[in-house]
Amino acid sequence: MTVETLDITKDHCPMTFVKAKLALAKISSGDVLEVTLSGGEPLENVPKSAQEEGHKIISIEESGDNYLIKIAKK
Amino acid sequence: MDNNKKLSIICFSGEFDKAVAALTMATGAAAVNWEVNLFFTFWGFNIIKKKGGHTPVGTGFLAKVFNLLMGGRKSAPLSRLNFAGVSPKLMTGMMKKQNVATLEELYQAAKDLGVNLFACEMSMNIFGMKREDLDPAVKEVIGVPSFLKYSEGGETLFI
Repeated sequence: MTVETLDITKDHCPMTFVKAKLALAKISSGDVLEVTLSGGEPLENVPKSAQEEGHKIISIEESGDNYLIKIAKK
Repeated sequence: MDNNKKLSIICFSGEFDKAVAALTMATGAAAVNWEVNLFFTFWGFNIIKKKGGHTPVGTGFLAKVFNLLMGGRKSAPLSRLNFAGVSPKLMTGMMKKQNVATLEELYQAAKDLGVNLFACEMSMNIFGMKREDLDPAVKEVIGVPSFLKYSEGGETLFI
């Protein structure tokens, strides 16, 4: 299992969601993507759309002003 | 993926800002798992030309002149305050500075996300263009019945 990281705290809609989706597409099944994102829209919708695709949200932690979301690819 | 979530956009406009709006909606929807169809027609045809600048493509003198004057994705004007093409360059600079996706980045993202790009058959004939004058990423050249078939059951926008 490998762990990839992605920081979308400086991005804006729609690239926040676009980068998260493309990063998940690039990794292999069982690998983990750690996404650092800001609150609001990205926090609400990045985990939601990942779950919709069948990926597993391992954890959501606060990290300073941002959040760290760990997603395991299905 | 929920197959009921489908967004189809009739991209009628060739201006920079309207193309940004259409591609923002398209990429945002595709990124949250919607199926997305973009149907490029009339001035919107400029967005999917293979050559992005002012190039005299097309068969026939008038088609060549039209295509030269209209340009493509990389020379798309702003719908307001264009100032002879200076403003889109300034706006692209502002977008980069603010980490907002540029027209080119959005277009690439749409392709990476598997957004379906369709070209209007009628427009292709008007502008005297061939399939090879279009971005190879264009999935199909279609008419109204096919667009209706692809967009059926989803949301449709006209930009």
